[in-house]
Amino acid sequence: MRSTIEQQQNRAAWIFVLPALSLIGLFFFVPVLGGLVLSLTDFDIYAIGSPDTARFVAFDNYRKIFADHLFWKALGNTFTNVLIGAPLSVLVSLGAALLVSAKGVRLPALFRSIYFAPVVTTLVAVAIVWRYLYHPKYGLIDMGLGWLGLPPIDWLGDPHWAMPAIILMAVWKNFGYNMIIFIAGLQSVPQELYEAAEVDGANAWQRFRHVTLPSLGPTLLFVGVMTMIGNFQLFAEPYVMTQGGPVRATTSVVLLMYEEGFRWWRMGMAAALAFVLFVITAIGTLIQMRLQRGRG
Amino acid sequence: MTLGGAGTVARLALGTGLVLALWLGCAGSRSDEKVTLRFWGMGREGEVVAELLPDFERENPGIRVVVQQIPWSAAHEKLLTAHVGRSTPDVSQLGNTWVAEFAALRALEPLDEQLARSPSLRRDDFFPGIFDTNVIDDETYGLPWYVDTRVLFYRKDLLSEAGYDSMPATWAEWKRAMAAVKRTAGEGKYAILLPSNEWTQPVIFGLQAGSPLIKENATRGAFSDPAFRTAFDFYLSLFREGLAPAVTNNEVGNLYQEFERGYFSMYITGPWNIGEFRRRLSPDMQGRWGTAPLPGPEPGVPGVSTAGGSSLVLYRHSKHKVEAWKLLEYLSRPEVQVRFYALTGDLPAHRAAWGDTLITRDAEILAFGRQLRHTRPTPKIPEMEMISIELQKQAEAVIRGVTPTEEALRGLDDYVDRALEKRRWLLSKRGQLPAVTS
Repeated sequence: MRSTIEQQQNRAAWIFVLPALSLIGLFFFVPVLGGLVLSLTDFDIYAIGSPDTARFVAFDNYRKIFADHLFWKALGNTFTNVLIGAPLSVLVSLGAALLVSAKGVRLPALFRSIYFAPVVTTLVAVAIVWRYLYHPKYGLIDMGLGWLGLPPIDWLGDPHWAMPAIILMAVWKNFGYNMIIFIAGLQSVPQELYEAAEVDGANAWQRFRHVTLPSLGPTLLFVGVMTMIGNFQLFAEPYVMTQGGPVRATTSVVLLMYEEGFRWWRMGMAAALAFVLFVITAIGTLIQMRLQRGRG
Repeated sequence: MTLGGAGTVARLALGTGLVLALWLGCAGSRSDEKVTLRFWGMGREGEVVAELLPDFERENPGIRVVVQQIPWSAAHEKLLTAHVGRSTPDVSQLGNTWVAEFAALRALEPLDEQLARSPSLRRDDFFPGIFDTNVIDDETYGLPWYVDTRVLFYRKDLLSEAGYDSMPATWAEWKRAMAAVKRTAGEGKYAILLPSNEWTQPVIFGLQAGSPLIKENATRGAFSDPAFRTAFDFYLSLFREGLAPAVTNNEVGNLYQEFERGYFSMYITGPWNIGEFRRRLSPDMQGRWGTAPLPGPEPGVPGVSTAGGSSLVLYRHSKHKVEAWKLLEYLSRPEVQVRFYALTGDLPAHRAAWGDTLITRDAEILAFGRQLRHTRPTPKIPEMEMISIELQKQAEAVIRGVTPTEEALRGLDDYVDRALEKRRWLLSKRGQLPAVTS
């Protein structure tokens, strides 16, 4: 008797879940599987014209990717962005969140809006303004360096400075989003904890270190993982600012994938690159979650 | 029974409705017999081509042309996705370096039969080098609409200050003139601007030196071969000897201001810049600059230039090919080409249009006319743009001192060989190549 009820419930549950499952299956798992198959072929512009010219090449695309110095260059650039850009972005967001939600700050809503504004501004407009800022002859930044007695830097033209320039702009453009999440996190820290800490004689730094940071743990994990994944997918900034140059100094893995797929129509190669990036991102996420769980 | 009855009635009603709709639909299309041609134009051309079409529609009352304008930056992707989704227009403008690619996609209709039958158009009405860009494997896939090549824009005043009354015609003389200009211009100024983010200049020098760029039926790189090496060394020497600054276009900032300031005195660029130079340079600068055909590598060898421009193409999936061909013929007429030139500044592809006074009284344009007799297309394969960009990257690395010349050219040939592996396989399958060795 009991088991039939359970069976009925089971069946009902499946019926309820089925629409969502089939949608996910149809629009997520099937395309991903299709991409995986595609990555094992040399599907390209000739194959669009006559599909019979597509060849099954097994893991040849992957072999070519790992043999291509351009991929390693792009991977290096991407890791620079993840290892420097992401922590910098989180730090700046946290700092801004602390400042904005500190006691005694006037017009916090105004500052929140100002810091959030770059996030909702279109990147192309931002890129145009930053290209002016970075201009070696007429740019505001190099003018500032001049006043400090420093030589001008050719930010977007010098292979050594182009990636830092992109990171700087990306941090400025994106920190507002994480700031909002941190502000929400800060608001959920119980006020009594601070009061208790103050009674115990903790100074501002100690309060931050032992009350704020631990309470923000889950928020930090979320922000950290999302920022890292976002930074692995660096694309729009170099695409608009430098097209991957100078001398490939700002080519990211996603930009490389875009070029392979939508510029040269080597779809097989692009699909393979996408899977390589997927695996790397998954490993990065696992490591970060393990690290933060250990600390928590 | 009642239920079945209702079903029958519903089915009947539905059936009648369908028949009625079909009939109405047919009647609708019959009363409106006009054929609608869809035309995709790009950038500025897409904006103004509509002004040429009322006359065409008046001559052909049965045809209506709908123009859709597409920005250049999105054109390539949009055409490709349209082809994959079977929604290409009937006719479009197509950059002539893209013809090979879209022919490989089998998106385009060959035009040889129509051209042979046409009462008004012949193949040699067009500049041969430019027409040739539309011919892939002996089939013609497009008609040149307007042409585009590169010539030398230069400061006449600065050149004559340096002791030259006209632009030299050989590399050696040209370089001496550049050195003289550099001497009189002084510190921080240069003779010529060759932006390191453009592939056009090294490609032009390569074509001038007689390099095919890609050899063996366009399947192997020829960049390490002596012809290209000579050209590349010449190109690099302009940077090494301080005649050209190692900068990208972006770093120059405002090109026109810098040209006026004398930051550089020569620049290799295309016809659209005639209008820009007239508009953007200050009034007292006018008359102090001019255009000249490119110098050649040796005495008696004319300096060739690229064979650019846009073609008009007809799509394979078009249902109105006869009408579409009429539109192509109309847009190729010399008088229509002259009107188009007046609207856009694009140089006419039809040679008869070049007799028009609008063009012949314009000294700056005439240099283009002379250059157009000496153009050479880059290899007509879908991979060429990719290869050109890799050439630019390698050239930039050499100019900036990151890679030695030899290594860059060898790397380039390796890149080309890898990029063309598929092409070699396809050709060997068709028996146009001896069996692939690698």
